[in-house]
Amino acid sequence: MSITQLLFWMLSIMTLFSAIMVIASKNPVYSVLWLIVTFFTISGHYILLNAQFLAVVNIIVYAGAIMVLFLFVIMLMNLNKDTEPQKSKWLKLAGAVAGGCLLLVLIAALRNTEANPTELMHGDIGLIQNLGKVLFNQYVVPFEISSVLFLSAMVGAVVIGKKE
Amino acid sequence: MPINYYIYLSIALFIIGIIGVLTRRNAIIIFMCIELMLNAVNLLLVAFSKMHHLLAGADNAFAGSDAQLFVFFIMVVAAAEVSVGLAIIVMMYRNTHSVDVNFLNRLKH
Repeated sequence: MSITQLLFWMLSIMTLFSAIMVIASKNPVYSVLWLIVTFFTISGHYILLNAQFLAVVNIIVYAGAIMVLFLFVIMLMNLNKDTEPQKSKWLKLAGAVAGGCLLLVLIAALRNTEANPTELMHGDIGLIQNLGKVLFNQYVVPFEISSVLFLSAMVGAVVIGKKE
Repeated sequence: MPINYYIYLSIALFIIGIIGVLTRRNAIIIFMCIELMLNAVNLLLVAFSKMHHLLAGADNAFAGSDAQLFVFFIMVVAAAEVSVGLAIIVMMYRNTHSVDVNFLNRLKH
């Protein structure tokens, strides 16, 4: 087993474990921290696939900005283990069974697909130079529209969040 | 690494997100599970872009960079979505003093 395969398996196990801990933690602050661990391991996967730009953007945007926003809101509301609303055992079981059935169906549907290889550790489409060339040649209009989207999201957040 | 392993990993992450949405009642946790599902899709898109790049061969050097830009735009939209969604959750907390989604069933009548 080569070092890249070993890295893949370790990162996958860490990703799945921390993702399970996100939904299993009773305390919402722990959930946020486990979600940050999940995002870091997903960034590790991006680096393994040689998509360095996305790895850095994932860390900056998700782990840096979005999760800090979540953490601020949770601390602002003073949520902890005691205020955490719980569903009944049967509803939890029903949810887990429904998710498990979907997992079974998806895996059974994709079981006999052709296994094409992905390239790990090389290939340079994920570098910022090449992505920038494509982004500012073919995708200029969506890029500019996304700035309008951000402006409207900012205005919307302020309008929703302000007192009457 | 075959693409199948990435497909299975992404499916597992997505299902964990779905189970989180179905089993939790805290609105913020549900929102975090949606982020988890978005990340599962992002991981699959990047893996497929690398597969496409390998299959396209040397004649098309930019093959597969579209998928990575899709992932970039998904991240942009997710950032905008989170800011508005958290503002809505804060407003809901101010009205009901709870983040329990069951209190929102008054939308029914």
